[in-house]
Amino acid sequence: MNEIERVIQLLSRLPGLGPRSARRAALHMINRRESLMQPLAQALKDAGEAIKICGTCGNLDTADPCGVCSNPARDGTILCVVEQVADLWALERTASFKGRYHVLGGVLSAIDGVGPEDLNISALVERCSGEVKEVILATNLTVEGQTTAHYIIERLEPTGVAVTRLAHGVPVGGELDYLDDGTLSAALQARRALG
Amino acid sequence: MIAAERLDHTGATGTGDTRSAPGETVAVRRLTLTDFRNYTALRLDLEPSPVVLIGPNGAGKTNLLEAVSLLTPGRGLRRARIADMDRIPDTGRRDGSVGISGAGWGVAAEVDSIVGPVQIGTGREAGSDRRSVRINGAPSSAQALSGYLGAVWVTPQMNQIFLESAGSRRRFLDRLIFATDPAHAGRVSSYEQAMRDRARLLKDRGPDGADKTWLSALEAQMAERGVAVAAARLDMTDRLGRVAAEGFGPFPGAVVAIEGDIEALLRDGPALAAEDAFRERLAAGRAQDAVAGGAGVGPHRCDLRVRHLEKDMDADQCSTGEQKALLMALVLAHARLLSAERGAVPLLLLDEVAAHLDETRRAALFEAIVEFGTQAWLTGTDESVFAPLAQSAQAYRVAGASLQAMGQATGP
Repeated sequence: MNEIERVIQLLSRLPGLGPRSARRAALHMINRRESLMQPLAQALKDAGEAIKICGTCGNLDTADPCGVCSNPARDGTILCVVEQVADLWALERTASFKGRYHVLGGVLSAIDGVGPEDLNISALVERCSGEVKEVILATNLTVEGQTTAHYIIERLEPTGVAVTRLAHGVPVGGELDYLDDGTLSAALQARRALG
Repeated sequence: MIAAERLDHTGATGTGDTRSAPGETVAVRRLTLTDFRNYTALRLDLEPSPVVLIGPNGAGKTNLLEAVSLLTPGRGLRRARIADMDRIPDTGRRDGSVGISGAGWGVAAEVDSIVGPVQIGTGREAGSDRRSVRINGAPSSAQALSGYLGAVWVTPQMNQIFLESAGSRRRFLDRLIFATDPAHAGRVSSYEQAMRDRARLLKDRGPDGADKTWLSALEAQMAERGVAVAAARLDMTDRLGRVAAEGFGPFPGAVVAIEGDIEALLRDGPALAAEDAFRERLAAGRAQDAVAGGAGVGPHRCDLRVRHLEKDMDADQCSTGEQKALLMALVLAHARLLSAERGAVPLLLLDEVAAHLDETRRAALFEAIVEFGTQAWLTGTDESVFAPLAQSAQAYRVAGASLQAMGQATGP
């Protein structure tokens, strides 16, 4: 296999890319060797060497502890528990959460052989024996996500921290008429007093 | 309960046709098949009226009904594997692996749905074992289809429904629910997923070795979703029961009830108490479930019981003819229920049904189909059986994987 084929083969392993789009991406880069391909290779190399997994929360960053954990302006008494780093990034994009995170690295799934020991759960329990006062569960609303949330609630019970979860209901800008029944009834159950 | 009261209210006025029923007909307006079963390529433009397919055995009539059934969630009316729907080669038998070239198949349709016109595409892509679904061109899930249209079918295999295991009756009941409650499919599958996960945990690590907290988290999921499943089934049997008891012309009246532990808990008390009790029973049954697999208690064990009202006889004791009539009576009662509640009736796929009914019942069935204004798909080998529908249906002759429209008077 020559160098070009190797690039195409590696690119086609990226999510969202098949062999055809990998060939297009490779050609695009080859035509811009100096302006794109070499800087990209360098950037990938640098990132590959520098990226660390935060020993505290499981976030990805070039420093350990990560930027969120080491930021003194963030509230260390509130922890938001997410499944993946992508979920942490999604919450960070909102810029509305000032606490810290805890990344589980997956969800409980007996079928896929993922158990509590494979997830970053013991470290979460440990963190909750310190200054943490509230844990927000932000796992997905799938069977596995909710099972994992249930599991964490039980594991955190002895620590006495308050456990909350994200609200389910009407999306911002949503019209009631277009909502599915499940979402609407969840929204009704989780209604809030005004004023 | 609210829905049932509404039904009583509108039902009292006769047909319950208080809203603008015309225009709300759910119908397939264009169906395109690609390498599906015995069809290489087929395009069919349709009116919202009933569709009659006539042809010899093996011509591909049921394949068309199956294609339409795949516009709703699930595995279609044959419950076949996705790869088995690949086109059968003309030259010989399938080689048993994954179709001739493994090139996949496609069913695309333009549908007048509950929420207006929608394009639905489903199929198997080459190299995949999963069914993919597109709604208006965007990738989606099979479960999402229930938000657009429902379909209820009766096939010759279902003639045994009252004699078979409870599973086929549960599936039948669930399909009736999908037509009014699109979220039901999701609840059933997430309940089953939690149950499978718990079974795997118990099998791999044993009731004592498995993490207790993990087990109870899974049991909490099963309880929450399982009680919701049971509640939906109870609600449908109650609503359907009121209509089915009235009978349907020459079709017998039916008493329907659901039998199951969780359903009994729900009848006796509030849902939250049922959830707690279900969870306790699951926790108590861990050792047994670890040996037997699955779960010893839960809505996956309930049964739909049907009795012939006039004869006061359980359905499985009735003659085969009466069993067929009872099944049709339930399907018609469901259609009448939906027509009264929402003014829209799901697609009815009736495979070889008409020929098996006596003449009075057949006439009543045709009358009901016209009255509901539903797009019913009927198959048969004998053209004369469908003569009463000649004015109101579109008829096609099916032969050799192609369809020929049978004009009102100029049939071939």
